[in-house]
Amino acid sequence: MTADPQFFRHGPGPFARLFVFALLACILIAEDLRFKRFPELRQAVGIVIFPLQKIAYIPTNIYDQIEKLIASFYLVEENQWLKQQYQEDREKLLKLQSLEAENVQLRKLLGAMQGIEADTHTQAVMAEILYTPRDPFNHKITLNKGSQHDIKLGQAVIDDQGIVGQITRIYPWSSEVTLLIDKNHSVPVQVVRNGLRSVISGTGKQDALLLRYLSVNTDIIPGDLLVTSGIGGIYPPGIPVATVDKIERDPVDDFAHIIGTPIAGVDRNRQVLILSLTPPPTDELAETVKIESQSK
Amino acid sequence: MQRQSKLNRKVNNDNHSDTEGYFREEIYLPASTGYILLSLIIALTLNLLPLQQEFLIFRPDFVAITLIYWCVNESHKMGMSIAFLMGLMMDAGNTSIFGQHALAYCIAVYLALILGRRLRIFNLMQQAPQVGLILFVMQAIIVLVAMAGGSNFPGWHYFSATLSGILLWAPIAVLISIPLKQKPDPDAL
Repeated sequence: MTADPQFFRHGPGPFARLFVFALLACILIAEDLRFKRFPELRQAVGIVIFPLQKIAYIPTNIYDQIEKLIASFYLVEENQWLKQQYQEDREKLLKLQSLEAENVQLRKLLGAMQGIEADTHTQAVMAEILYTPRDPFNHKITLNKGSQHDIKLGQAVIDDQGIVGQITRIYPWSSEVTLLIDKNHSVPVQVVRNGLRSVISGTGKQDALLLRYLSVNTDIIPGDLLVTSGIGGIYPPGIPVATVDKIERDPVDDFAHIIGTPIAGVDRNRQVLILSLTPPPTDELAETVKIESQSK
Repeated sequence: MQRQSKLNRKVNNDNHSDTEGYFREEIYLPASTGYILLSLIIALTLNLLPLQQEFLIFRPDFVAITLIYWCVNESHKMGMSIAFLMGLMMDAGNTSIFGQHALAYCIAVYLALILGRRLRIFNLMQQAPQVGLILFVMQAIIVLVAMAGGSNFPGWHYFSATLSGILLWAPIAVLISIPLKQKPDPDAL
């Protein structure tokens, strides 16, 4: 401080420097919000901090190890429980297979189209949540699998109960998932009870999804289960998304105000599954490419 | 004569107590650039800890606090470029808008550089609320950028991280300064 008196100091003052850096930051913000031309920039920084993310994950790893050690004392009971569970699931699976066969038969009789191809041959990759952002307006999580593990943009992410979200950004060793509750995220859904199709969107609030564009007199009741319809080709059909929670039918509005609760533990899980489907992902990025090609 | 010697002794006594007070005041070694970088990297790792939602809201921004600490205590070694780069890293890790934290950290560092000389007069406890003001402005900027990106206002509980930052300012400052403490050597003179 004293070795560098004001008199001899070179370079611009703090305010000028702030101005330059603030301008630079604003350009970056505008670029990220609107244009999205240089995803490489963020990827480069992402690679730099990846070792730090790994180091930050060490305490959780140790905790997991200890938990495993404690759990190993109850292995016999757990094994028994799992066997029982397996038997029950097996029974359901057998029923499902016979139902599937019956369904195919009936469809053939009806001469109906196969509808949405039942693409149940999905591959699942297990991933761990590396980081949950602190900001409540940032509904994204980081997973520990990336392009090096053959993860691709637009793949669906589920947990043991239902849809968690969708992969929207990829780094070499990690990837970002936009959660269901994100404001810019929508899923095509279907009501299990009557096959009614709609689109459910995030609201930006925890535990609240908005079912849009259903008219006031739609047949929907609280407690209805919504599953993915498979339209759009991003999500495999039939995976639970939400249950209908609250319905406000105001005759003034054209549409009913329907709020759902996500089924998956969107913010409670540590392990998730990444599903890979065969159709190409249609994502924001894909859209921008389309727009660009149109403008050319 | 006797009176004068008495006076001398008194002066000596005064001198003695002065020097004692002087020595009691802690003198810190100047921090090396490597140490500053190391502290920032540790702070960034702390920021990237995977935590559950309930704790997340109370987690202070360790990077911001460390940046402010160095601005106050080693202002000639702290530049806005470091703050900017730390902000970019935080954005990439935090999956937020690229440039959001960079802007916020730059403004926090600017405020800390301006208030730095003033802050050094106070002790750590008195510094804490003033640091809290800087942290609040920083969080407000983060919220504003997020809202410009189309998010809702997250609610006032978002600013509880500022409160935890105020509470943790003194412990963090002490922790950072431990390796810089000069070992008192009574045989030095």
